[in-house]
Amino acid sequence: MVPTNYYVILSAILFGLGVFAFIFKRNIITIFMSIELMLNAVNLAFVAFSQALGKLDGQVFVLFVIVVAAAEAAVGLGIIILIARNRQTLNVERVDLLKL
Amino acid sequence: MTAPLIVFFVLAALAVIGAVSLIFQKHPIHSALSLIVVMIALAGLYLLLGAEFVAAVQIIVYGGAIMVLFVFVIMLLNAGVEEHTSISKMAGPAGLLLVIALAGLVAATIVRSTDSILGTMQTGEMSSPLGVSKTLGISNMIFKDFVYPFELTSFLILVAVLGATVLAQREKS
Repeated sequence: MVPTNYYVILSAILFGLGVFAFIFKRNIITIFMSIELMLNAVNLAFVAFSQALGKLDGQVFVLFVIVVAAAEAAVGLGIIILIARNRQTLNVERVDLLKL
Repeated sequence: MTAPLIVFFVLAALAVIGAVSLIFQKHPIHSALSLIVVMIALAGLYLLLGAEFVAAVQIIVYGGAIMVLFVFVIMLLNAGVEEHTSISKMAGPAGLLLVIALAGLVAATIVRSTDSILGTMQTGEMSSPLGVSKTLGISNMIFKDFVYPFELTSFLILVAVLGATVLAQREKS
């Protein structure tokens, strides 16, 4: 039996790596992928607590998170295609339309 | 060291290596493949936790559908190697330190509260040891306790499909 704490620590590490990728990467698609990494880290914590408490609520929440992530991926990638078409770049530093 | 612990550490190492690889790969397609490794490792961890249905959904929806969408868009836009300016290179070490602090803080806080919560609450195995019944329990919860959120997700997906279609269509001149 693996202690719940191990899963929680792994989840925190993965979430931290996701945050780091989010602020460090410059490609808009990779930034989007790091959001998926953070969602996955949270899902792991949900399932770990679900098992620790002997309740299935956490697993149901994970399914909802996955549905929202799928919807988010569809809309987000549509936006990325639009940006790439209008500005001919995927580098977020060149997408500065709102900058004064 | 028992067998589940060994499996846990192998899968955890795989997930962390995949996540680190996502950060340090230069080409987005390599980052996408690293993310797939993370997701498969997490599916293995879900199996280890006894969440078979979530593991299957993780592989089918995340590893399959969502990542194929990502790879498809990367290929479609012909994304090249990402370029870093001097400022964004400088942000790396400082950001890494802050992120280690963040992960440590989050882990320490949750672990401390987990011990107190799990100490007071009655812990135990799931009501039934059979995997099939656990999936049955999940479906019962989705279609009884969480039926309104479930119906709302169908609406959410409909809106997402419409939004993606409107965003991606070429404007008529």
